[in-house]
Amino acid sequence: MAVLQYLINGLSIGSIYAIIALGYTMVYGIAKMLNFAHGDVIMVGAYISYCVMIYLKMPPVAAILAAIVVCTVLGVLIEALAYRPLRGTSSLAVLITAIGVSYFLQNAAQLIWGVAQKTYSSVVAMESIHLFDGKLLITGEVIVTIITSAVVMVCLTLFTSKTRMGKAMRAVSEDRDAAQLMGINVNRTIAVTFAIGSALAAIAGVLLCSASPALKPTTGSMPGIRAFTAAVFGGIGSIPGAMLGGILLGVIEELCKGLISTQFSDAIVFGVLIVVLLVKPTGLMGKQVQEKV
Amino acid sequence: MKNTINSFWSNKARRTSFVTYAVVILAFIAVQVFDSMGMLSYAMRGQLIPICVYIVLAISLNLVVGISGELSLGHAGFMGVGAFVGAVASTALQSVIPDTSLRLVVAMVVGGIMAGIMGVVIGIPVLRLRGDYLAIVTLAFGEIIRNIANNLYVGKDEAGLHFALLNEDGLKMSETGKLIMAGPRGTVSVSAISTFMAGFVLIMITLFVVLNLVNSKEGRAIKAIRDNRIAAESVGINVMSFKLKAFVVSAVLAGAAGALYGLSMSNVSSVKFSFNTSIDILVFVVLGGMGNILGSVIAATVLTLLPELMRPLADYRMIMYAIVLIVVMLCTWSPKIKGFIQVVTDGVKGWFKKLFRGLFVKKEVGTNG
Repeated sequence: MAVLQYLINGLSIGSIYAIIALGYTMVYGIAKMLNFAHGDVIMVGAYISYCVMIYLKMPPVAAILAAIVVCTVLGVLIEALAYRPLRGTSSLAVLITAIGVSYFLQNAAQLIWGVAQKTYSSVVAMESIHLFDGKLLITGEVIVTIITSAVVMVCLTLFTSKTRMGKAMRAVSEDRDAAQLMGINVNRTIAVTFAIGSALAAIAGVLLCSASPALKPTTGSMPGIRAFTAAVFGGIGSIPGAMLGGILLGVIEELCKGLISTQFSDAIVFGVLIVVLLVKPTGLMGKQVQEKV
Repeated sequence: MKNTINSFWSNKARRTSFVTYAVVILAFIAVQVFDSMGMLSYAMRGQLIPICVYIVLAISLNLVVGISGELSLGHAGFMGVGAFVGAVASTALQSVIPDTSLRLVVAMVVGGIMAGIMGVVIGIPVLRLRGDYLAIVTLAFGEIIRNIANNLYVGKDEAGLHFALLNEDGLKMSETGKLIMAGPRGTVSVSAISTFMAGFVLIMITLFVVLNLVNSKEGRAIKAIRDNRIAAESVGINVMSFKLKAFVVSAVLAGAAGALYGLSMSNVSSVKFSFNTSIDILVFVVLGGMGNILGSVIAATVLTLLPELMRPLADYRMIMYAIVLIVVMLCTWSPKIKGFIQVVTDGVKGWFKKLFRGLFVKKEVGTNG
């Protein structure tokens, strides 16, 4: 029964990783850059929803919407101001700029909201479910997280496979120059990708802080690194890969914590990642690209 | 005489090396002079050893990222190995080697060797991967090293060193035993024996090793692999062995720098060697210019001092640091902004030319005639 409990908790935290990893992987697939500021957009989303709920006394739904809107605008702004001028230059230059943006967001948050940790009140008003005479506890947050991420994944899959914009995104990620020649507006496609990724980050931020209520300016960085790892684990650039990678990473992490050792869970999770990458160097669902000479 | 100077100066690689050594030596002399005149504040003096450490880390990471062309995000891990091994070695040898300078050298050598061994262990599997996958695996290794150090307890008593994981009780030391590493608290009550002089010598050794490696036949092979792996392989360069060489040399230097850092204060916790420090070192390398050793030295110095110099800005200093970082990256890399700066500087130059036209015309006539 304990194992089942770990599995469910792992599925919940893994779903959050998956939502964050989707943002990383979409941006990587289309703009070919590692957006290190993604984790901090999560933190901004959490703070915005916190402020709307606590200071404006609005219902959680309004808070979530506000977080999504602010993060979407923020994502598009970051892309236009910091990343677009560097498009086509060295990928390391873009990476360092992204790190600069990450520092900026963390320190701006620290100036606005202070260093002190805030206690996030959960957006979920659902009773926990006790099964098997209370041996199995499923909190409302876990249920909402799993349902939300399932909905997000289905919507995103439909969006990329059915809509015009989704097809444009896939075309740009396949071959940017060819897509441009076919009349696709590459700049707009990349901006939309950032918008979607940031909106997902806002949702992830709300879910993350509902599950573990400590909110501070560095809240987003560790889940960000984990989700980045998950995206690579699943094969960076691949949307189903990010979902699978995120969920697997969460489940492995919870199982390690429960069954082996809490202190060494980081080492074990990253160890599994290394083994997987050594066996399958492009991640679980990554495409093996043949090099042409 | 003039000929030898000319032939020396005409070799670009040699010229760059010479300038690099000269700048570092002059900077060292300048610091010594300022210090003897009492012009360095207490805070500045405290920054001297960290600056040396970061310079060595930046140069060694530049060997991997700039020269060998592999993105590594776990450089702080090697620094951490060096710091903890160095601290343990120094404390263990306290009675055997009473002389602090000699003990520091031994600690740095031991730290460097351990980091080098880790470099081999990590490098052999990791360097088979490409690009961003290599980046994530180096990140993972850095985190694993930090995670293990975070749970490692080391103590020393008459019987020798004791090691334990997870808690202090596992050490089973005698009553006179002394704790060296205490898990999450990191190293405890290590005698701080690092000196600025040792830092300077380490920088010079690092420059010597890296510049000679870069300008040698092997360095050219490493750069050939970076520029085109397939072409390099087809002319018979053993890709794995050269990449590994650069990676391990870099790890050894980072380990030595880590030992210097670990022995510069009595308490260093493993948080210091997290992903963020790796990123900071990477920022030095990229901002200084990839493959440019002098650039790494300058960037490491300026960026370590920058938060210190911006102290009057109080709460705003880290946000200013972030803005400076973004603006510098945009100005040095964005084609549009670079073009704009070119137009502006050309305009200013043209304006100056107009202003001094008479002067310039006379000069031109003089040289032509």
